[in-house]
Parts: sequence; C-alpha cells; structure tokens
Amino acid sequence: MHSPVLRLIGRQLGSALITLILVSLVIFAITSLLPGDTAKLVLGQFATPDQVAALRAKLGLDQPAPLRYLHWLGGLMTGHLGVSASNDMPVSTLIAQRLPASLLLAGITTLVSVPLALGIGMISAMYRGRLADSALNVVTLAMVAIPDFLVAILLILLFAVHLGWLPALSYISSIHGVGDFLRVYAMPVATLCTVLVAQMARMTRIALINELDSAYIEMARLKGIGPVRCVLVHALPNAIGPIANAIALSLSYLMGGIVIVETIFNYPGLASLMVDAVSNQDLPLVQACAMLFCAFYLLLILLAELAALLANPKLRTR
Amino acid sequence: MTESISASRFGESLTVSGLRVVARPYRGAPETPIVDDITFSLPAGEVLALIGETGSGKSTIALALMGHARRGCRLADGRIMLGEISVLEASERTLRGLRGDRIAYIAQSATAAFNPAKTLMAQVIEGVVIHGQMSRSKARDKARALFAELMLPDPEHIGDRYPHEVSGGQLQRAMAAMALISDPALIILDEPTTALDVTTQIEVLQTFKRVVRERGATAVYVSHDLAVVAQVADHVLVLNQGRVCELATVDQIIHAPADDYTRRLMEAARPTTDKPADRDTTDSASHGEELLRIDHLHVGYGPLGEDGRPAHTVLENLSLQLNTGRALGVIGESGSGKSTMAHAIAGLVPPHNGGVSFKRRELPYALSGRDQQQFRDIQMVFQSADNALNAAHSVRRILERPLQRYFDYTRDERHARVRELLDLVHLPSRVLSVRPGALSGGQKQRVNLARALAAEPSLIICDEVTSALDTVVSEAILNLLNDLRRELGVAYLFISHDISTVRRVCDDLMVLRAGRCVEYGACPTTIDAPQHAYTRQLIASIPELRTDWLDRQDFSSG
Repeated sequence: MHSPVLRLIGRQLGSALITLILVSLVIFAITSLLPGDTAKLVLGQFATPDQVAALRAKLGLDQPAPLRYLHWLGGLMTGHLGVSASNDMPVSTLIAQRLPASLLLAGITTLVSVPLALGIGMISAMYRGRLADSALNVVTLAMVAIPDFLVAILLILLFAVHLGWLPALSYISSIHGVGDFLRVYAMPVATLCTVLVAQMARMTRIALINELDSAYIEMARLKGIGPVRCVLVHALPNAIGPIANAIALSLSYLMGGIVIVETIFNYPGLASLMVDAVSNQDLPLVQACAMLFCAFYLLLILLAELAALLANPKLRTR
Repeated sequence: MTESISASRFGESLTVSGLRVVARPYRGAPETPIVDDITFSLPAGEVLALIGETGSGKSTIALALMGHARRGCRLADGRIMLGEISVLEASERTLRGLRGDRIAYIAQSATAAFNPAKTLMAQVIEGVVIHGQMSRSKARDKARALFAELMLPDPEHIGDRYPHEVSGGQLQRAMAAMALISDPALIILDEPTTALDVTTQIEVLQTFKRVVRERGATAVYVSHDLAVVAQVADHVLVLNQGRVCELATVDQIIHAPADDYTRRLMEAARPTTDKPADRDTTDSASHGEELLRIDHLHVGYGPLGEDGRPAHTVLENLSLQLNTGRALGVIGESGSGKSTMAHAIAGLVPPHNGGVSFKRRELPYALSGRDQQQFRDIQMVFQSADNALNAAHSVRRILERPLQRYFDYTRDERHARVRELLDLVHLPSRVLSVRPGALSGGQKQRVNLARALAAEPSLIICDEVTSALDTVVSEAILNLLNDLRRELGVAYLFISHDISTVRRVCDDLMVLRAGRCVEYGACPTTIDAPQHAYTRQLIASIPELRTDWLDRQDFSSG
C-alpha cells in the first residue's frame, strides 16, 4: 500500500468522489432552477390540475428540494439513476443504448488526434523558429480559432453537398464494411480533431521546447546524439507530465464538442439524448448525463496524473 | 582492471586560429561578436585552461571546439584542427560522430546535465553505443570499471540509480565516466567543480587530474578560478570580453603576468590576509547592545515523531548572540542548514523548539505574529538578485515600495530618500528609471542591498550575497558592506560557503556542519587557529595559487 502509484490512485479517487458530490449538488440546483414544470410539459397544455398533481406526486416533484436531492443521491450511489420523466424508461437503459456509440466516436477521435498532435508538436519543437514551425503555428492557430460547428458545416458543404463523396448524416445502421465505416466517421472525427489536435499540438510544442532548452539536452547533443533521439528518448519522458495534462484537458473538451458534432451530423449518441432531455425538462436524464460527463473528466485527469507519475523516477521511486 | 581500460590512443594536438563566434540577440538585430580572433595551439596530451569572468566567452570557445554554438549564436569564422580533422568544416553527421567519441565534454552542473528521467548507466554508455563503438554489454563493463577508477561508491550497481539518488560530487564523477568511456582524444571540462563544495572539489579535482594525465588526453579546462586552474593546467589562456589577453604557461601567469587584466584577476584571487584597518576585532560580547539572541534552536520538517521532534532535523541546538552593529559570519557546505537558519530568523520557516529574541523581546516564529517594527528591523538580502528583484518593476518602484510600507513620507521626502539610498550603494541616479534586467550583476546586487536599507533595519541577513558574482565585482560589494556597517551601524548575519569572504566582513564566525554548530568564536582567531577538525578541513580545502598545492593535499583528510 506504500507504493506511490497506489497512494496517488487512492488520493485521486477520494478527491474525485468529493468533486462528484459537489458537482451533483450543483447539477441538482441548476436543473431545479430550470423554468417550467416537467409534469405540465409531459402531459401537454390540456391536462387537468388533478392529472398534473398526480404525475408530480409520481415523479416525486411535490417533495421539498433537499429531500429530492438526497433521494436522487441515494439512487446514484446504489446505481439507480431514476426513471426518465418524458418516456417512462429507466435512465440507465436509455443511456446504455446511446453510450457505446458516443464512446466509439470519442475513442476514434482520441486515437486519431493524440498521435497526430504529438507528431505535429514534436516537429514544431524540433524546427523551432524555422519555416516548418511557423507554418504549423499558423495552421494550428487557425484551427483553434475556427469554431467547431463552422468546421462541421464547411466540411458538409464541401464533401457532402458539392463533391458528394460523404454522407451528410451519420447513419450507423448503414455501415456494411470498412469503406462505409470510414465514410460515416470521416467528417464527425475530422471536425472534433480540428480543435483537439491544434490545442494538444501547441501544448506539446511548448512542453518539449522547455525541455529542449535544458542542459541535459545540450549534453546529449555534445555526446553526438541526433536530434530525433534527443526529442524521443531524452526530452519526451520529461515532458510527459505537462503533455498528459494538456491531453486530458483537451479530451475533456471532447465531451462538449461531441454534443455539437452529434447534433449536426445527427449521430445517434449520448448528446442528442441529452439535448432532447433538456428541451423536454427530463431532469433525471439530464442529471445522469451531466454526472457521467463529469466522471469521465475526472477519469481523464486521474490517467494524466498517473502518466506523469510513472514518467518521473523521482516520484515513482520515492 | 585499470590496465584494461587505460587509453590505447593518445590525445591529439589542437590548433585554433582566428576563431570568431557571433550572436544575434533578437531577430533582425545585427550580429555582434562574442569571441573574436581566438588563436592558440595545444600540443597533444597537454592541458590548457581558459580563464576569465562571466561573459568573457570561455564557455563559447569550449563549445566551439566541439563545433557547437548555443541558440542564437553562430560559428562565424576561423579554423579548429583536432589532429587532422577540421572541426568547423565537418558536416553535421561527421560532428555527431566526433562528439562523444573523439571529443568529450564535462559540463559545469552535473545535476542539470544528467537527464532526470534516465539511469546513470543508460546515459554513460549512450554515446559509445549509438556510435557503434562497442556493444551494450561491453560498454556496461567498461562503465563499471570507470566508476571504480573514479572512486564512486558501489561501482557495480551505482549505474542503476537515477541522478537524483546520488550526490553532486558523485554525479560529477559519473559525468567524467561518461566522457572517458570513449577514450577521447580531447576532453573539454567546463567549470567541472564550480558547483561543488570546497571539500568535495578537492577530491574531484584530484581524480580528474589523475585520469586525464594517465590517459595522455589533450584537455581544455574552463574556469573562473585561477587557483583551481593552477592545479591542473600546463598553459593558461586569459580572456577578457571575448578576446585573448594573455597566453602563457601556468608558472608565467602566476609569477610574472604580463597583461594588466591578468594582474587584476590575480589580485582579486589572492586571499587578503591583512585585516582591514578600520575594524576592531575584540570580543563581540563587550560591544553594543544585545540585538539578536538565539537559544537552543531546533528546526526540522516532516511529521512529528513520538518524542515531539520532526522526522528530519535541519538545525539542532543552535545558540548565538549578535550585538548591534556587529557582523556574524555563518559558514558551512550545502545542506549544513545555514540558509534554514536565516529563514527561521526571518520568519519564513517555523522552528519547532528554541527561543529567538530580538532587541530583548521575544521574536514570534511566524511572520503573522510579528509587528511592523520587527518586520522593518530585520531585512534579508538574497543570493540571486535576479530572482529577488521584480523584473517588471523599475528600480525606483522597487526602492519606494518599502518606504511606502514602513514610513509616512511625502512624495518629495520619498524621492529624496531614494536618492540617498542610491548614494549609499554608489549607484548613479539614472538607474532609477530602468528595470533590473538592464543592470549588471553587481548593480543588481547593489539595488538589492539598497532595498533592504530602505527599511532602516538594525539587522540585515545576507544569504550568499556574493556567490553569484565575479571576483572583482564581489570585492566591491564586500567593501560596500563594510562601509555601510561603519556608516549606519547595521548588524549583519552573513551567510556564505566561502571563508575568505566571511573573513573580509565579519567579527565572529560560526561553522555549521549537518545542522550543528561545530565552532563559534571571533573571526580572525577561528580562521588562523581553528579548533575543530572540520573547520581545519574547510580552510585547508580552499585552493591556493601554487601549482603544487593539489598534489600536496592529503586525500584522506576528510
């Protein structure tokens, strides 16, 4: 139990739990403040006051807010996420239907963007101040500056409308074979990658440049070590801490970006479920999705901290 | 073992002619030479010392010998011949082949020059393995033999450790192993002992001297310390502002320096044995009022143990008394706790036991418990003026800040006081509008001192105030400190690792070792007739300006 890795995991899990509880409080407070009444919304404008009162009682909306919160929190702890207000299905079932598709999209995006960003960052750092670096700088700056929905629309205009190469909407059910898979995922993944790659590449570049300026890199050069090996073998292990944290922060953006991208491409993931839930005032569903996103973010941070720890012998061997 | 690794190849001769390195401080700026017209030749197997002050270009030349220029610099002109190889005409690929094979480099700070994420062994053998000079397992064997030859502890396994797991002196030896593993024809040593404690420096110097001589390698030794250079070099090249002042044998430089600048360097390097006339050296207790008194001070960190003491002790049972207008020198090597002592008095580190009183009033441990008067009365001057002065503030703003905090001056009074302060530290008033970045190292330290004086303190804690400065500049700062004490009657707690600077300023001397006071007494008597063996060792470890000094030192004295 004295290994620093276990200690870190324990500490991080503990603080993650506290964060989740605080977040649950905030989410609950905000969703309670949303205007409108779920019961009225579900039953439509012609419902009698009796019907509304009955549904309110069934949904537990007639209870005071602190009690509702505790009830909900208790449900979360025991894995009962509640029942969706708008379509009467367990929230967990609804999420389970949509989550895999979102995870797949996020996973593919990660697999494409992280290596690409690391590569761009390394090349920029190695050719600092030279033409390749300046060119990459301009490109990544532009990529950060353009909003993702605009990228998505431009991609659709070009590849779906004008060239007709790719489908404008992502119907997963139409996938038969690798070609279809690539055609369906090309634009959503490209949209998500634009911003992600740019952010991560710039952070990688800065972290590496910091290391490349240090005395031990000069020493390595004076030992006759080539520039590629200097970056990969010498600088990178020392830059992993900041790089991993930058990647975790960028990927946490992914959860927000995915909402926009899934909506634009009509991709059947978690995001469209959540957007529908908000417009339907389906509080249990909104709350569960928000908690899920938060937990995902905390997991990313934990992984980043672990990577930083494992890369640093000073911390690892203590 | 030593037989099998002794050099099979001899050193090569080195000829440099008309070397010029230029720098472009920022994009679009004109190129300015850092070193110019450097010409010398060194026969195979001999040692040349490059000596000069900060900014004289000695490291630039050392790096140029390997065909390397730092960022923003360019090797503009000249010829460097190592044997038959022309270094400056070699392609990048050829250069890479030369470095870590025929030419080896030993850097100033081994702590910074070792990659913290890799084991010592991986870094020591990397060069020869990459160059295909030997197989990984052969390289490991040779590295272990070198570790043994360089007298590293546990040579079989020390290679498996990471840089932070060994001491500074050991790292410096490991770096020597890294340089020697390829049996280089030319070894470049860039201030290899500057970052080490004096007692460690001796041992490392002796080892370096022996291995370089045994291998018959040609070596270039970069240093700012003439006394160190006198021990290892055959020839000395004195540099001033990027140009050659004098090139001669080491005996000539020491006994008959021809150049003015060389003579000035020699002056500054010779320890001043004569006591400044204006200082009385009588017993401190009989002078002045009691200012600072420390009784049985204990400082540590970490969780408290069962006996109520912290897990790691830094200072143990420390007592001292400092009277008004007196100067107490605290001397010790790195890790002896001398800075911790300063921090405890300044209120930056809470002691866990012991009494501190100031002007016969108890001085609370924590800053939050101290009143305005106590804040004002104790001021601190840090080693690095670069870090202590806010780089974004002008000198005027830096000096006015304490005046606004402690005194109710009008605007005009404040301006007048700032000018007075500048006069005190001998700075022209035109520095007021500039930021610290535009000042030289010595000027920055003067501003640093003026900032402390602005509060009109009775005690100034000086933490290694001259260690970042060149000898000539630090002489001037020490003189200034003495003048200020005479004029203002301020007391100093003067912390240093260098006995000769303490001698220049202090009345009393305290020697710290591993958090304990081993000797405490009047300064001249303690230095001239040290009672404790450790004090004797410290004093004996300071290199003297004689070429035979190192060889006469008994290694086992520590």
